[in-house]
Amino acid sequence: MELIELHNICKTYYLGDVSVPVLNGVSLNVAKGEFVALMGASGSGKSTLMNLLGCLDRATSGEYWLDGQEVSRLSLDQRAILRNRKLGFVFQNFNLLPRTSAQDNVAMPLAYTADHLSDREARQRAAQMLGRVGLQDRMDHEPSQLSGGQQQRVAIARALVNRPQILFADEPTGNLDSRTSEEILAMFQQLNADEGITLILVTHDAQVARHARRVIHIHDGAIVDGAFLECGEPIAPAAALASGVK
Amino acid sequence: MTVYRIFKTAFKALRRNPMRALLTTLGIVIGVGAVIAMMEIGTGSSEAVQSAISSMGANVLMIVPGTAASGGISFGAGSVTTLTPEDCEAIMKECPAVRIASPEVRARTQVVYKQRNWVPFWMTGTSPANLEVANRAIAEGEFFTERDVLNANKVCVLGQTIVRELFQDEPAVGKEIRIKNVTFRVVGVLAAKGANMMGMDQDDILLAPWTTIKYRVTGSSLTNTNQSTSSSSSSSTSDSVNTLSNLYPGQTSLYPEKSATQTADNPLPVRFANIDRIMAAAGSTAEIPAAIQQITDLLKERHRIRPGEPDDFSIRDMTEMTKTLASTTTLMTNLLLCVAMISLVVGGVGIMNIMLVSVTERTREIGLRMAVGARPRDILRQFLVEAVVLCLVGGAMGILFGHGGSQLVHLILRWPVATSPAAIAAAVLVAASVGIVFGFYPAWRASRLDPIEALRYE
Repeated sequence: MELIELHNICKTYYLGDVSVPVLNGVSLNVAKGEFVALMGASGSGKSTLMNLLGCLDRATSGEYWLDGQEVSRLSLDQRAILRNRKLGFVFQNFNLLPRTSAQDNVAMPLAYTADHLSDREARQRAAQMLGRVGLQDRMDHEPSQLSGGQQQRVAIARALVNRPQILFADEPTGNLDSRTSEEILAMFQQLNADEGITLILVTHDAQVARHARRVIHIHDGAIVDGAFLECGEPIAPAAALASGVK
Repeated sequence: MTVYRIFKTAFKALRRNPMRALLTTLGIVIGVGAVIAMMEIGTGSSEAVQSAISSMGANVLMIVPGTAASGGISFGAGSVTTLTPEDCEAIMKECPAVRIASPEVRARTQVVYKQRNWVPFWMTGTSPANLEVANRAIAEGEFFTERDVLNANKVCVLGQTIVRELFQDEPAVGKEIRIKNVTFRVVGVLAAKGANMMGMDQDDILLAPWTTIKYRVTGSSLTNTNQSTSSSSSSSTSDSVNTLSNLYPGQTSLYPEKSATQTADNPLPVRFANIDRIMAAAGSTAEIPAAIQQITDLLKERHRIRPGEPDDFSIRDMTEMTKTLASTTTLMTNLLLCVAMISLVVGGVGIMNIMLVSVTERTREIGLRMAVGARPRDILRQFLVEAVVLCLVGGAMGILFGHGGSQLVHLILRWPVATSPAAIAAAVLVAASVGIVFGFYPAWRASRLDPIEALRYE
């Protein structure tokens, strides 16, 4: 069974009386453990699609099945719980809480988790996640004391702290130089390979999209190619893929 | 999310901008501080009034002689002395609601000790029961006894003011003072009581057995306060008065003998010993109406007043005065409290204003929190708790400032203050509700934000 299934998704924004169709019948599948890049020019609708996939928004029409659940029918609160449990987000501008330590930033989503972790457990989990992104010695630093790459790694640790199935990255390297971008993308590949986390990367940069196993091209609210994994094509063994890139 | 973690998150968010949090909460600090200070000073002054009243004697009824009337012309209250010491004894014996009663005979004249002299504001002849009725205490020596009353012994008890004026630093007990050339031995000194509600010095008092005052002091004149002029101007008569006064009436014949003519002229027993008033203490505040009724019935019977005839006495209830004075202070306190409450509301508006700014400023944070799984109600709760925490911190500071302020007033102006736990509890409650009321709108606005818009907000 596919992790993500979109059937004929349409999204139309209404600006007063004018209706602006952004997505016109998008259908796509993403299997568990895939590393997919969503590519398209700005205004192509890739951000809208990403918001829909990330359960931040609801489609005007169509069906969205996420892990066997029809997301379009879920309430605001149910979608919030879904985001908390199954999804992680990494943003272009990091979106860390200012004047808050890296550890507290990472522990933040745990505050909204239904399973009650004690304060100490939450901090432990946060420390563990920071260790995983290589920032174990920067736990008490505030975002302003960290470099861009480090900030993005804190953001990744925050996205991973609830052990999500899917990680959404919206232009994660947009504010980073090429060397740090490589590091961050390598980290994504590693996460995909080692932990089997499904990754969906939104970018307009072909260089970045190259790191993904599959690239979905969007143009004018419709998918041009890459909507479905070709039959028989194996989900690439991540280790091989990672080494292949290098 | 546990309550502890909610509050911790709120504290962390506020700590990111401590100066602003402090300034925001200043309105609450001032409001709560004003409320606490007002309450403490108000409670203090009403307690002071209460203690002033109870220092005059708790639940005391004053029975004074009524008006004399002759041929339809009344002479005003106190124009006759119709009360007798027997009335007082009867009240004590026959009125169950009266705990204790004592007769009082008033005089106003000069007291002399060596080369010093003083005219006490109160020179009262009474019985030992007065100590309890008027809520007095003995500081040194002892009070005179029933036996002293029966024998009209020349003993007296002095208030602190007289002791200071006559004896200065000398010990007063055992000394002899002269009142109208009658020598009195000081057997005791009363504990200080301070001024009463009307501002009269309650320590400017001389207490002696009522028989002594009646027969040895006021025997001649009530109006003449200067004994040197009285003795010099009427030296011939004063000698005789003094001689009479100096006589011991003896244990058996307390009252002057009736002459044969007197007995013949008055078929009814004549009240030889009239007293100026009777002070009666009711068992409790609740028993005061019963006590008034019982005394009225008893005195009507004793004074042979037929139904329909006006009473020849009147009973004054001191608790009426208590209520009036207490309600005045309560009114003032409540007025000031209203003003303080207005400043709390102003403080609340300040909180709302800054919380709205804070919500706008932290739009991205709200978007992020929603993206990682905060439900609208989580956001609502977070901002609400922040406002409440602000108000509670302000409230705590206000309590400290208010309490400190009232203590300062107490130290500098010597106003009576009283710490009131009820006021502190009320202040905390009011501060929290101000936080909830004025924090709700900004928090609600925050919870209504669209996560996508909020994340993109610059």
